Amino acid sequence: MGNTKHSKAAAKYLKDSAKVDWQDETLWLVRGKRDRLSKQIPEWEQLRDAASALKLYSNSHLPELLEQFEANATANGAIVHWAKDAEEYRSIIGGLLTAHGVKHFVKSKSMLSEECELVPYLENLGIEAVETDLGERIIQLMGLKPSHIVLPAVHIKRQEVGRLFEKEMGTEPGNCDPTYLTHAARRNLREKFLGADAAMTGANFAVASTGEVVVCTNEGNADMGTSIPKLQIAAFGIDKIVPDRESLGVFTRLLARTATGQPVTTYTTHYSAPREGSEFHIIIVDNGRSRILADREHFKLLNCIRCGGCMNTCPVYRRSGGYSYSHFIPGPVGINLGMESDPERHKGNLAACTLCHSCSMVCPAKVDLADQIYRWRQQWHSSATKKAVSDGMSLVMGSPWMLNTGLSVAPGGMKVLSALGLDWGKGRQMPQFASQKSLNKMMKEEKDEQ
Amino acid sequence: MKAALFIPCYVRAVAPQVIEASYKLLRHLGVDVVIPEGQTCCGQPMGNAGYEDEAEALKEHFVSLFKDYDVIVGPSSSCVSFVREHYPAALEGRVWEICEFIHDVLKPEALPGSFPHKVSLHNSCHATRLMGMAAPSELNIPYFNKLKDLLGLIDGIDLVEPERPDECCGFGGLFSVEESGVSIKMGQDKVRRHLETGAEYIAAADSSCLMHQGGIISAKKLPLKTIHIIEILACGLNEEK
Repeated sequence: MGNTKHSKAAAKYLKDSAKVDWQDETLWLVRGKRDRLSKQIPEWEQLRDAASALKLYSNSHLPELLEQFEANATANGAIVHWAKDAEEYRSIIGGLLTAHGVKHFVKSKSMLSEECELVPYLENLGIEAVETDLGERIIQLMGLKPSHIVLPAVHIKRQEVGRLFEKEMGTEPGNCDPTYLTHAARRNLREKFLGADAAMTGANFAVASTGEVVVCTNEGNADMGTSIPKLQIAAFGIDKIVPDRESLGVFTRLLARTATGQPVTTYTTHYSAPREGSEFHIIIVDNGRSRILADREHFKLLNCIRCGGCMNTCPVYRRSGGYSYSHFIPGPVGINLGMESDPERHKGNLAACTLCHSCSMVCPAKVDLADQIYRWRQQWHSSATKKAVSDGMSLVMGSPWMLNTGLSVAPGGMKVLSALGLDWGKGRQMPQFASQKSLNKMMKEEKDEQ
Repeated sequence: MKAALFIPCYVRAVAPQVIEASYKLLRHLGVDVVIPEGQTCCGQPMGNAGYEDEAEALKEHFVSLFKDYDVIVGPSSSCVSFVREHYPAALEGRVWEICEFIHDVLKPEALPGSFPHKVSLHNSCHATRLMGMAAPSELNIPYFNKLKDLLGLIDGIDLVEPERPDECCGFGGLFSVEESGVSIKMGQDKVRRHLETGAEYIAAADSSCLMHQGGIISAKKLPLKTIHIIEILACGLNEEK
């Protein structure tokens, strides 16, 4: 019955149990840091309420807020573009880079660029596109995709990074000291920064009242990248809008604490105007977001601030890894976002959830992640066998007579799932039917008594 | 107060002693409880699997059996939370998980019997995060744990909690079959953490979690037993008439 893409990939992933445990412990450590920091803020739960309310407000006032942003950004000297989908996003960026004769391009981390498959598109145009976030850079050099939205290389061991850098940057063979490797990456990236003709960032937030794009990083790579070239681009989804700086403060207090267990990211940069003699282009992207907004049962998904907190707490994600999911965003929010983008392709991910509800309680913007998975399951079924089992149960449970007969016929000690023709896998014995004699006797006495 | 005992189908099938203990305990605490005949299933497994529509007839049957009672009490937080969240308003405010009912409504100050064992408390997802019977580790709210409070009434018990005290054990209904690899791994991790406390028993308000962890325990022949919290709370009642 375990025949979804996720369950098959997870079964393969689980074979390397030492790596599974390492990954689980690493992510749980982040969850633990998040717990400790969140408990130092007495008003934590009110902050989550405020974040949720602000997102619901912003996402239901998009036309006003986005136009206000556009007017303010334009007044600041930025040039604002609108992209309805991934193709428009790519062609706006491609057009800008071509018009400026850009050959070398650096970018900071942006899940929107993954969503819209920007880097392969630019490479096809003959433009070198370098990821400057260290985790993203490792993944890019390995030819892989991120396995986590905030910790893209969380599944890569430092020994693997050592071997990679040995090949790519000529580091000492066998040296996988994290500080040594980070210095090597820093030197290597510095050349890319200095030689870049254009730089791009995503955005964590866009402030309507000021026209600012806010980017949060720990490495300063976004700042380094945007400090040199004469062309700067920032692109973000329409759901990144917040009304003003005061509401921004609610989110910056929640973001890093939930994402990595830090009080705040090392760098929180507000980009508003182009540097003297350079251009600043801002691209506001829909790419399916307005469709999510129109989905009565799932519009709260747009509350997501992409902190990755739901991944760190998800017991299934921690034990199956980011690549087991069919969507490029894994874990609880990825299960839901995948269903919004292509349900037929991603419905198998729906099975990868025990409905433990930990994600919903970690989420800083209170996306009802687990309830949404439950609702998707009612419309999209991950396997035909599950339907047969559900049918069988409904039939037996549909009549007290069937259940009573079933229980009295099933011998004490018979395995429960065998009765349904199911396998429970190795490593776990099936529950057995217990004798009903004593209970039936008690129930009879109870009836006689009345 | 007219009270009915709700018998979750799988509890009856695999752990009927929990039903007996529930009945005895409620009677001991002065509740005029009856066990309505003809009970089947609340429909939770179908709902969680994505077939809540198939549970409609079960829901109607459930409502017709229980509609005339003031309180409906069942020994399974996952079934009770399903009834609370997915049933029509007809039963609203009347459905209780038994530990919650004893803690919040009956409020006993003492219980007979002693249970001189080391017990590792399993804070199940549904008891903790859906039913609010304990403060979930994710939230920044004042600490409380109704299950601990109740078990504290029993003499001799040495109550401990595993590391990661409310992480899911990996049962999840049909998840346990459809994602059996991850389910078993989660179960093994959970059981190991219970074992590391040095406990003899894992106790929970959900027989489903216990059934799954029991399967891991017997496959590995580990020195651990599972027990429903109600069985511990009723341990002094076996000789009572």
